Amino acid sequence: MDRVLGDKKTILMLLGPALLVYTLVMLVPVLISLGYTFFEGNAITGFSFVGLDNITRLFHDPDVRHALWFTLKYAVILTTLQVALGYGMAILYVFALKRGSGVVRTLLFFPVVLPTVAVALLFQKFFEIAPQTGPVNAILNSLGFASVDWFGDAGHAFVVLILMDLWRSAGFYAVLLYAGLVDIPEEMLEAARLEGAGTLQLIRHIVVPLSMPVLLSSLVFSINGTLKVFDSVVALTNGGPGSETTPLTLYMFQTSFSYGEYGYGASIALMLTVLCLLFTIFVFRSSRRDVTES
Amino acid sequence: MNTWSRGRRARTVLKVTGVSAAALLALTACGGSGGGGSSSGGGDPQEFSFLINAENTTIPDELTTLSKDQCKAENKDLPLKIETVPQTQLDQKLQLLAGQDALPVSFAAGNTPALTETLDKDGQLLDFEKTFTDLGVIDQISPAAISTIKSLYGGKFNVLPYQYNIEGFWYNKKIFADNGLEVPQTYDDLVSDAAALDEAGVQPFSASGEQGWPLTRLISGYLSRELGPDAMQRIKDGDAKLTDPEYVDAAQKIADLGDKGYFGKGLGSIDYDTAINTFLKGDAGILYMGSWVLGSFADESLNKIGSDNIGFFPFPNVEGGAGSSEQLPANVGLPMAFSAKQYNKKVGAWLKCIAENYGQASLEDQNSISGFVPATTPELDPLTKLVQDTVDKTTESTLWFEALFGSKATTVSQTNAAPLVSGDQSPEDFMKKVQDAQGSK
Repeated sequence: MDRVLGDKKTILMLLGPALLVYTLVMLVPVLISLGYTFFEGNAITGFSFVGLDNITRLFHDPDVRHALWFTLKYAVILTTLQVALGYGMAILYVFALKRGSGVVRTLLFFPVVLPTVAVALLFQKFFEIAPQTGPVNAILNSLGFASVDWFGDAGHAFVVLILMDLWRSAGFYAVLLYAGLVDIPEEMLEAARLEGAGTLQLIRHIVVPLSMPVLLSSLVFSINGTLKVFDSVVALTNGGPGSETTPLTLYMFQTSFSYGEYGYGASIALMLTVLCLLFTIFVFRSSRRDVTES
Repeated sequence: MNTWSRGRRARTVLKVTGVSAAALLALTACGGSGGGGSSSGGGDPQEFSFLINAENTTIPDELTTLSKDQCKAENKDLPLKIETVPQTQLDQKLQLLAGQDALPVSFAAGNTPALTETLDKDGQLLDFEKTFTDLGVIDQISPAAISTIKSLYGGKFNVLPYQYNIEGFWYNKKIFADNGLEVPQTYDDLVSDAAALDEAGVQPFSASGEQGWPLTRLISGYLSRELGPDAMQRIKDGDAKLTDPEYVDAAQKIADLGDKGYFGKGLGSIDYDTAINTFLKGDAGILYMGSWVLGSFADESLNKIGSDNIGFFPFPNVEGGAGSSEQLPANVGLPMAFSAKQYNKKVGAWLKCIAENYGQASLEDQNSISGFVPATTPELDPLTKLVQDTVDKTTESTLWFEALFGSKATTVSQTNAAPLVSGDQSPEDFMKKVQDAQGSK
């Protein structure tokens, strides 16, 4: 086997086709997109070379600043909440529900498999104000509060967006983290209990350190997913009201395909890529440190 | 391992790589063509594919009717296939399709005349002046409609006048009578009528904030009365800016209506259909809309207040303003174009059949006035007749707010209209955003 895999031509033969496909469908478009950052125009009108104009424009565009701020706010808040909630749920599965957690896990995982558009429609109806009063506003009314136009201002729309994505994704992180938690040796927990450790101490000194690798992987997944949020925003608010809930991805899409500025759209994409890279490096670095500590 | 087997492996590697590359090239080639769902690209369409905004039900319904009746033979040769896309996503879809030379046989050519012109410059749009002359049916199109099209779309006749619309306020006669209100003659009258309706517990205006344009139309309506019919042309020519005080003032006037709650709750979430339904259920007194809405008015399952109960008045005069209420916004609806690249004899046959029959059929079936000349003038229902008379009386047409804007300014204007009217954005900020977006393009 070693001899076969040691042969360069065999490696080339085995990897070649996959590498070729990958190059053509991933690397080439990525490089073309990078090339677009130096051009202006679109597929209908043709392209003209503009040098670094698109990149400098990024720093002066108030819409980019706004979209960047929204993206960061959304990513940090949602990542924190969905990993924390997922972790809480995983701990619940392992330590409270134990063997009976199967049904609860399935139920809580269910929103993950629903299509985003369906979930967004569901939430639009939940938080509707007109022409019908949705359940949330009906509850507010019955408690004596006035109806709230949830999609009418930035703050409320943001809250609904976070709630929706939290509901949609917490089940996934719970299952992911559950897989990490069940790996913790029962003997170690037993030993700690015999030493007199309470539940909180157990979680803090045994469970968290031992599940740190999977926790950090979840963070990387989550931060990359939330920085690139697109479908749930489009389906729920379409970036509105105004452009208040427009993340970088949606602004990039609009710029390229609605406004016909492929070059500038590609520059926004580049910015997003750099952002994802920075966050991932940051999380991985802390991960390496933490793992050695544990 | 001997030299022979090594050589054979090297050849195998080459073969595998070669086959994979060829397969990929074939795949890429497939990806590039095949536009409009199932048409086979490049001038030989197998279907009369038609991409239209989902909000428009009039044209698809009418073409479907024609395909079963007058245009049956043409439909047999080239079956009609309608595909819809939400209007807010139309421009994106068009740009993608046009970029790949994959536009369907016929399509709604964009939310802005600017995009339609871009498509034309790229040679995507069929020139109807030439085509209809060649087909011998140019006299089936009303000259007024052709001139409106030319004034909007860069001097060319490259979109079809499936609709010939005027815009203004439709009001519920019974609600007006019950509250002792008269048709407003001035803008101040309109505001005081709205106040009276609001006081009586009736929502004064029904409008779609999700679409945005029903709100920005009010701004341009006010501007054309206050500053004259060329108010928006001056912005395009650079003689005025949207941030000039008189322009901001118009936005302020419309924002004031929202501030008083005259558009009801949750304006930003109200879509087109909901806005129409609210009016047709008798829950709102006034609806600003184009005459394309007659199709919905004629639908008895939608119209609960009855067509007799609906009246029309143009955007009223602004006292001391330079414009007059006889100047009406006119348009041909969302522009519907034909692909120059997909045109062939069979498409020509369809086009000829449409030119000869659409005008009559749309008047009879949908009460919708088009730019196609009907063979005979059928008995018109009162509302259609009212529109026809108003069209005849109109001395000069005006432009809607976004008519001369680029794609970005149009999007910015329409998505920020609801926040403006809901009071979440100041008129200064709104006009500045739109002006900046117009300037950046």
